[in-house]
Amino acid sequence: MKALILVGGFGTRLRPLTLSRPKPLVEFGNKPMLLHQVEALAKAGVKHIVLAVSYRAEMLEQEMKVEADRLGITISVSHEKEPLGTAGPLALAKDILLEDNDPFFVLNSDIICDFPFEDMIAFHKNHGREGTIVVTKVEEPSKYGVVVYGADTGRINSFVEKPQEYVSNKINAGMYIFSSGILNRIQLKPTSIEKEIFPVMADTDNLYAMELKGFWMDVGQPKDFLTGMCLYLTSLRQKSPEKLYQGPGVVGNALVHPSVKIGENCRLGPNVTIGPDVVIEDGVCIKRSTILSKTVIKSHSWLDSCIIGWRCNVGKWTRMENVTVLGEDVVVKDELYINGGRILPHKEIKESVPDPQIIM
Amino acid sequence: MIHHHIEAASQVPGMKEILLIGSYQHNDQLSRFFAAVQQEFKILIRYLQEYTALGTAGGMYHFRDQILSGSPEAFFVMNCDVCGEFPLKEMLEFHQQKGTGAHFTMLGTEATRQQSLNYGCIVETKHTSEVTHYVEKPETFVSTTISCGIYLFSPEIFQFIGHAFQKKQEEISFDVDSNLHTKDTIHLEQDIFVEQLAGSGLLYVYHTSKFWSQIKSAGAAIYANRHYLKIYNRTHPERLSQNAEGKATIIGDVYIHPSATIHPSAVLGPNVTIGKNVVIGPGVRVRESLVLEDALIQDHCCILHSIVGWNSTVGQWTRIEGTPNDPNPNKPFAKVDIPDLFNADGRLNPSITVLGSNVQIPAEVIVLNSIVLPHKELGRSYKNQIIL
Repeated sequence: MKALILVGGFGTRLRPLTLSRPKPLVEFGNKPMLLHQVEALAKAGVKHIVLAVSYRAEMLEQEMKVEADRLGITISVSHEKEPLGTAGPLALAKDILLEDNDPFFVLNSDIICDFPFEDMIAFHKNHGREGTIVVTKVEEPSKYGVVVYGADTGRINSFVEKPQEYVSNKINAGMYIFSSGILNRIQLKPTSIEKEIFPVMADTDNLYAMELKGFWMDVGQPKDFLTGMCLYLTSLRQKSPEKLYQGPGVVGNALVHPSVKIGENCRLGPNVTIGPDVVIEDGVCIKRSTILSKTVIKSHSWLDSCIIGWRCNVGKWTRMENVTVLGEDVVVKDELYINGGRILPHKEIKESVPDPQIIM
Repeated sequence: MIHHHIEAASQVPGMKEILLIGSYQHNDQLSRFFAAVQQEFKILIRYLQEYTALGTAGGMYHFRDQILSGSPEAFFVMNCDVCGEFPLKEMLEFHQQKGTGAHFTMLGTEATRQQSLNYGCIVETKHTSEVTHYVEKPETFVSTTISCGIYLFSPEIFQFIGHAFQKKQEEISFDVDSNLHTKDTIHLEQDIFVEQLAGSGLLYVYHTSKFWSQIKSAGAAIYANRHYLKIYNRTHPERLSQNAEGKATIIGDVYIHPSATIHPSAVLGPNVTIGKNVVIGPGVRVRESLVLEDALIQDHCCILHSIVGWNSTVGQWTRIEGTPNDPNPNKPFAKVDIPDLFNADGRLNPSITVLGSNVQIPAEVIVLNSIVLPHKELGRSYKNQIIL
């Protein structure tokens, strides 16, 4: 089987992290975001994954090559000369997708959940039509486009963009499985699969919805990245609690790489992810945050709802909160307060940032 | 604050007695304080309570018999809301050089042109130091020499105050709208200096270039604290804390009351005063702040540019932070600017954070540029607010 992952553009919503690394390689739960999907696909029997990318992506290609070899699969990059939307890349990769007659997966790249790829194959074979969309339940459907479908059959009737009145609480989760027939509907030009292809397929009874069990999050921006991390760690607690940190001072779920050095009298958690070779000095408190590799957090600092980039140095008695994101190699001096700051890579911060802002 | 006045006064040769005039009710706290300082400086101290706020000269006039008992040659008058390195001895020598009989000396210092407008401005004849003109808070620039609110008077001053008192009584009889009490209120600056003494040849100014500041707001207290600690560093270094094995790290000038308990992993200074029975927990950082009697600062806290009131508690990993309003160090003679509490838009001007007495701050919050009134128990973070 094959899969196509819609990697797309520069990941501007996740800046400043994506100024240093392509978004699919930013670590989520101590693993590149894309690798969560790639490993789950490989486990479901996918042998060839196409990454649809609209920028030059040597770093992505090289790092994924290593993972492909490890997993015994093929990963190739399909490079768009111009952005082709969410459907166009299928036409561009047509030759690969048509190498065999199996159905193939298409995924948005920012999705984190318990990937239900095997269930999708079974569901898709069961109804036997052209496409299956995974849907997930949301609390406030009026913010999204919702999917209206038959509760018993899963057959999709219609899509309603940002409904004013309640029609459904299920939204498109950005994961699909298609039979090769869909490729006849798509031309090699910028096209939206959600707006231009799906409604036509639904009209001819060719599109079915499969409901996702468990958590789901689009982690393409910092606030959702942190929310998604909380959900991911909760899911890890249920499925493989042995992966979570059990050391002194931990509160709730924390994922801590074995190479991390932690000082005395620290409090970690709930919902903390700490990457390889990070140093946490004495008396540090970290909540609801991700610390990426090789960063140093000095004594008595307090962090809540932060994403700290690679090789950063956070000073003593520093307080950071409210979705503060530090890019790569940022230095924060002692005793500062950073509230909702987005700090670009290689900056040295010498003064407090009391109100949310971007520090260039 | 007044401890510093008493200390300076007690060191003047020939000082007989210190009288404190105020309109506070006499209470236990004051009595205990007076008893302690009398012991410390071996000098008589008495508190005289005004029946209402009478103004500086009004209070003096009311208690003139007390002040003149023992027939002093001269006496100092010091406003309480100023601080500095009071050069009283030098002032007395200057005063004595100007001869005997009725004459009066005020302490003056330099301010910037802009800031002089907020003070009493003095114009003098250079070679004689005679005050030729005096004006309170002028609208336009008059002089960069300002009054420090410290005076040395011959007993004859009461003639001038008496004159002002008589004038007030006469004026009042034609003015039926006036509050009854105002007839006894006499302002030293307006009623005596401006209207009678300036230009009379009897008032002199003695200049000091030593540290001096008004303390009208809590913000100025941290600034004043820094200077007092600096003075200690020069005159009484044994009062300041030193770095030592197994003790908290000290940066710059730090005063710690001997009864305070400081964890060895704490870092204090510069410009920090820790009061009686204060407890500072492990990993606490205090900089440019005052922590008053019986306060408890728990683990990993960070206290910057703030005053923590008596018997207050700050929970672990909490940050108490204010914004300093120190004078511009690059401008000679700049004084501490005391901005209004609110700006033109009705928003609180950023200033130091002040926690009143018996305030409880929970763990892991931030209190930024705020004033917390006594006995409050906060439940969350606050920024730029007055918490009633």
